[in-house]
Amino acid sequence: MRFMAENLGARRGEELLFRDISFSLSDGEALLVTGPNGSGKSTLLRVVAGLLYAETGSVAAEGYERAAEACHYLGHRNAMKRELTVEENLDFWRDFMGGGEGAVSATEAAEAVGLGGITHLPFGYLSAGQQRRMAMAKLLVVQRPVWLLDEPTAALDAASDAMFGKLCQDFQARGGIIVAATHQPLGLKAPQSLVMKGFEYVD
Amino acid sequence: MTALFLRDIKLAIRAGGGALIGVLFFMTVVAVIPFGVGPDLNLLSRIGPAILWIGALLSALLGLDRLFQAEREDGSLDLLLMQENPLVLTVFVKCLAHWVANGLPLVIASPVLGLFMNMNEVAIGATLITLLVGSPALTFIGAAGAAVAVSLPRGGLLVSILVLPLAIPVLIFGVSATYAAVEDPAPFLPPFMILTAITLLFAVIGPFAASMALKSSSD
Repeated sequence: MRFMAENLGARRGEELLFRDISFSLSDGEALLVTGPNGSGKSTLLRVVAGLLYAETGSVAAEGYERAAEACHYLGHRNAMKRELTVEENLDFWRDFMGGGEGAVSATEAAEAVGLGGITHLPFGYLSAGQQRRMAMAKLLVVQRPVWLLDEPTAALDAASDAMFGKLCQDFQARGGIIVAATHQPLGLKAPQSLVMKGFEYVD
Repeated sequence: MTALFLRDIKLAIRAGGGALIGVLFFMTVVAVIPFGVGPDLNLLSRIGPAILWIGALLSALLGLDRLFQAEREDGSLDLLLMQENPLVLTVFVKCLAHWVANGLPLVIASPVLGLFMNMNEVAIGATLITLLVGSPALTFIGAAGAAVAVSLPRGGLLVSILVLPLAIPVLIFGVSATYAAVEDPAPFLPPFMILTAITLLFAVIGPFAASMALKSSSD
């Protein structure tokens, strides 16, 4: 499938934060969005995810009515409930989002992020890094053709960084599309690059 | 959708969920009334249904502001908004779960609190039935208020103020149906039917308004 954005522009307050952003990705390709703080990386991802209104342009995913339905969004917040166990959290998203073909069980997903034995603990008991890795496990329990990743490895140590890089490469090898905003190299395979410049973009 | 329903019920029952807070508040409000009004049993039984209804209304408003705010704080709201399922349906299911966890306990507790107010069995039964039928409307109206105030840091009071005017008809017809059951000449069914109609109406309008508000409130 193809995942495309055309002439995207978004407003933050009065001014355009960015404009004329276009990309087109097909199976197995990745886009690495870089740029200084405040340059609009997160805003771009939220616009692509349909969570913010696009001032100009549009996003489309082949075969989907709304591009957002094709996407996994891993934002700054983990979207997991502290009171529920890890397994309940993962099972909930799997049921609610409709697992799909190739989705793995909560236990397998936890093992894939290297935290196999602790799915019975409440999510709130885990450390910040472990919570982040469990949020990544969410990407595996539901099958979506596109991952939108916003600073995915911010709280992680080097080993977890490498683990996540491998997850991403495996996903690309299966034909997945990744759009990632990050300061660190993620270990993506042959990513296209998009450098955000923030307000400088505007005349 | 069943998964969402079950998750919300679990969250409400677990520590910090607040399902019991509403009942405790309800009990506190009703329990202090006899101390304030004095030991006039006739007066207590006359104002009993109204006090129960007001107590239930205030308790129902208590936890409503967290309905979407908690989802927003941990990022779950983003994912709920992105799904293929119609957002109206998601909101409706969340309302149902919220009512089962927070509204239903109030209905169940009301007969016991009716005894505090020296109400007879007919009045207690009528209050139970009108609360059962009318309290879902409070949740559906409240959902719209909670969605409007979702991104405000101290939205709790604002939700109550936004929601109260819309909840007044529910209160009026709930109380008048209860009194109609107790006092002979007034017929019970007309106000009760209107109460039912209000609940059904808000079951449609509430989730719809809430989903519109959620869509436009993203940041």
